[in-house]
Amino acid sequence: MNDKWLYTISSKKKLIDFNFKEIWQYRDLLLLFVKRDVITVYKQTVLGPLWYVIQPLFTSVIFTLVFNTIANIDTGGIPPFLFNLAGVVSWNYFKECLTGTADIFKKNQAIFGKVYFPRVIMPLSIVLSNLIKFGIQLTIFVVFYLYFITQGSTVRPNMFVLFFPVIVLVMGLLGLGLGMIISSMVTRYRDLSFLLTFGVQLLMYISLVTLPYSLFADNSFAWAVDYNPMAYVIEFSRYVLLGEGTTSLFGVVYTLVFAVSVFLLGILIFNKTEKSFIDTI
Amino acid sequence: MKKDVILKVENISKQYRLGTIGTGTISHDLNRWWHVIRGKEDPYLKIGETNNRATKGDSQYAWALKDISFEVERGEVLGIIGKNGAGKSTLLKILSKVTGPTTGEIKTKGRIASLLEVGTGFHPEMTGKENIFLNGAILGMTKAEISTKLEEIIEFSGCQRYINTPVKRYSSGMKVRLAFAVAAFLEPDILVVDEVLAVGDAEFQKKAIGKMQDISNFDGRTVLFVSHNMGAIKSLCSQCLVLKNGQVQTLTNTDKAINEYLLLNEQANSGVNYFNSDKPIVRMTKATIKNENLICTNFHSGDSLTVEVELEKETLDDINLFIGLYNEYGEKIAHFGNSYAKKQIAKDASKVIFKIKKLPFVSGLYTINLSLHLMGKPHHRELSALSFQVDPGDYYGVGKNVISGNGNFLIDSVWT
Repeated sequence: MNDKWLYTISSKKKLIDFNFKEIWQYRDLLLLFVKRDVITVYKQTVLGPLWYVIQPLFTSVIFTLVFNTIANIDTGGIPPFLFNLAGVVSWNYFKECLTGTADIFKKNQAIFGKVYFPRVIMPLSIVLSNLIKFGIQLTIFVVFYLYFITQGSTVRPNMFVLFFPVIVLVMGLLGLGLGMIISSMVTRYRDLSFLLTFGVQLLMYISLVTLPYSLFADNSFAWAVDYNPMAYVIEFSRYVLLGEGTTSLFGVVYTLVFAVSVFLLGILIFNKTEKSFIDTI
Repeated sequence: MKKDVILKVENISKQYRLGTIGTGTISHDLNRWWHVIRGKEDPYLKIGETNNRATKGDSQYAWALKDISFEVERGEVLGIIGKNGAGKSTLLKILSKVTGPTTGEIKTKGRIASLLEVGTGFHPEMTGKENIFLNGAILGMTKAEISTKLEEIIEFSGCQRYINTPVKRYSSGMKVRLAFAVAAFLEPDILVVDEVLAVGDAEFQKKAIGKMQDISNFDGRTVLFVSHNMGAIKSLCSQCLVLKNGQVQTLTNTDKAINEYLLLNEQANSGVNYFNSDKPIVRMTKATIKNENLICTNFHSGDSLTVEVELEKETLDDINLFIGLYNEYGEKIAHFGNSYAKKQIAKDASKVIFKIKKLPFVSGLYTINLSLHLMGKPHHRELSALSFQVDPGDYYGVGKNVISGNGNFLIDSVWT
């Protein structure tokens, strides 16, 4: 027969099977998912979207009290609150991307089990809706930044601040990539979702969110920070925003390579999983 | 005429692992992976048993579907019927790309959209209108497409008053209405529908069936329809695929297929009944009710009705069969016996056939008791052995149905 088939559903799996045309066709779904994620989180709350702002502020206040006022950790000339806020806002974006993506198959199995759409839409929507949250939180950071400057603080951003979007992109890639890898493994072995909670907590401390690098420098745990791409990301974002911190060319290249490889690996594994996860979840 | 095949299913099989996924899974996973990287065949594909829900098997793997092949033409409405666990939903899931087949291929010339247990994509906190957009997009529509059809969708759902209320306040029926409304305005080439009409009131079910008829008749779209509702299957489908234990039993026209399906449901009261009796000497083993030559439980007044009773006997003694007929209120309305017809059951007979040429009953549900007598004494009784439904029919042969509610019997009479 000389029939032309539109497409074939087959048991054979290609290693890379990414249909960009199809994802583009579903772009409206992506936007609607983003909208859903953003507006439904705080429905039926009095303060509504204000919670997006309150969360990082409270966290920063607590960190400042515990680590800087009580434990007396030196933040190297940067106002402790601003130091923590910068770290918390960036960290939150990465964390939300990671945890949001990591339980994607488990959380959406009802809908994934009923209709087909390109599965990758779901993690993409999480990264995008978190980007909006991140934008709101960043604005608050800027407001406090300006306040501290008028109060006579000497912190200033440096010219590398132009690269800030790249830092955000790297965080997104890392969160998305790691999240996709974990989400695929969670479909079979649920143990991982328990481990993830502890893992994220631990990762926060070795990612210099609340602790400056100087605390680790001569420590036997220094390697945990030296080979942690998130530590570089947080430190670098603080460096460009507040003009203070340690950076290195090795750190930049290492982080970039790491993020891109994790992302590609994530896509690969996610792609392999999405076809049959519904049988094993 | 050349057949315009829009969907071609070739040797689709689907294997599932039984039991829970636990520590044992890792060793199988590793073994499978080890075979795959050496380029060998998956060792677990060779094993596995056919999927019969009721029998216990030894294998850890079962084939939910095994070598399914069929073709669907453009504009055809194909019904897929079968008992619970026959593989209907698995087949639809593979067709709608929710899960992949273990082996085999499906080729299609059109976009497939599925309507599987509608409403799963709803977010309870969002309003009806917001959910129409979300659900439509999940099903593959663009925002612009939905906007142009929004009015129609709301109208069809009949939820105008609640459209700006969060869906969590909806009744379950309203959710289904809204979800079906969205799906009804989808425009795929092939629509896959899985038992959606179960919820919703009579008015809505009628509306939904009508809409699906329009989709196939006027728009020329192909519909694959799974249902246990034979009425809906009959009114919608031209062809039916009957699945049994994950395999294709038949693919034929709807009437024949429904008959086949009812045969599969022997235990359910569907015209055939098996008796498990340990009576000595002689016993009834099976009873069947037929309209002409087809097994059937739906009759019209004036139809012919045949009851066949199969026997197992180790004697040449005299046996007699009596049939008691009861109406839906449990009142005995007639009694038949071969001795009344002066007909002896042959000594070597393994089957007794009883026939009413022209069914003289008004509409209702009737039950048959069977009683086998050995040497003049009751020997083996089967209560409610068979049951059947009678609908108004043209008993008198005058071209119109007898009005129901006028008496219980139809009796030929002579007028001068």
